[in-house]
Amino acid sequence: MDSVTSDARAPLSASADNGLKIVIVGGFGVGKTTLVRSVSEIRPLNTEETMTQAGEAVDDTSEVRGKSATTVAFDFGRITLDTHNILYLFGAPGQERFWFLWDRLFSGTLGAIVLVDTRRIDESWYAIDRLEHHGTPFIVACNDFGGPPHTPAQIREALDLDPHVPLLDCDARSRESSKRVLITLVEHLQSRYALHGAAAAEGALQSPELAL
Amino acid sequence: MSRPGRDDAPDRLYTLTQGRTRSGPDTPFDLVTLVVAECDPVAGMQSEHAAILRMCERPTAVVEIAAELKLPVSITRILLSDLLSTGRVSARHPHTTVPSGLPDPDILEQVLVGLRNL
Repeated sequence: MDSVTSDARAPLSASADNGLKIVIVGGFGVGKTTLVRSVSEIRPLNTEETMTQAGEAVDDTSEVRGKSATTVAFDFGRITLDTHNILYLFGAPGQERFWFLWDRLFSGTLGAIVLVDTRRIDESWYAIDRLEHHGTPFIVACNDFGGPPHTPAQIREALDLDPHVPLLDCDARSRESSKRVLITLVEHLQSRYALHGAAAAEGALQSPELAL
Repeated sequence: MSRPGRDDAPDRLYTLTQGRTRSGPDTPFDLVTLVVAECDPVAGMQSEHAAILRMCERPTAVVEIAAELKLPVSITRILLSDLLSTGRVSARHPHTTVPSGLPDPDILEQVLVGLRNL
């Protein structure tokens, strides 16, 4: 990691009091950090978490010997939304062996963006499966790598995507395009939870079809 | 140690936290909990604690503190728990949901407005 001096930091407003999370998932090299960089007000930072394969933070060195402790690195960026709300964007490693990190990252997240390289669609299956398993709302954004064009229908079919999940093209290098992806996710959250709110008001939330 | 880097990290981390490797089952620190210093560093303070206090003159997220200290998040949480329990920092935890557990629609609207204004 590059040296980061205190002077290089962009301090938040003293009134900042609410950190929010959006997670960007996808295979290696799909452009997660590029997307974060496009919209972040800070240069994307990198940090790491040490965990055992059991999914717990390392809690006792005597127990670590038998387990394999794993260090997982992830990138993040930041957007100051207003004087109170600060949005953090996390680029989550999509590989299967990092599944234990996901529980942590997804805890309390607003939602997720699955970033897809249409030349390697199969690398997104696992991410979508995990998100559905977690009940984390998500959208799918296809990063444009100049491959052969696919119709949305083809991509939906290849991903076995629920028709309610928004799907859009993007250029992760473009700030405007990345903004559009984030806005699409939040609009999706609003419409989903508006439905839930209405269902709850009618006492109909017991229906399993409505489970997020 | 033949080279610096991750290979020597466990010993260093163990020392930093006096052997503790978790901040307790009820650790209140989310990755995006904003930490604010409530006092200045004092002489004799563990250097990481002093660094956190300097960093948190303005609200700073746990994950940013970890990145700047170049420490894993789990270790950073332990250091923060020390400071919180002695009143040297305060923590502003995320509030995104209404009591039913669903996201707060007001917060979602604020997020949308903020993103559109980017």
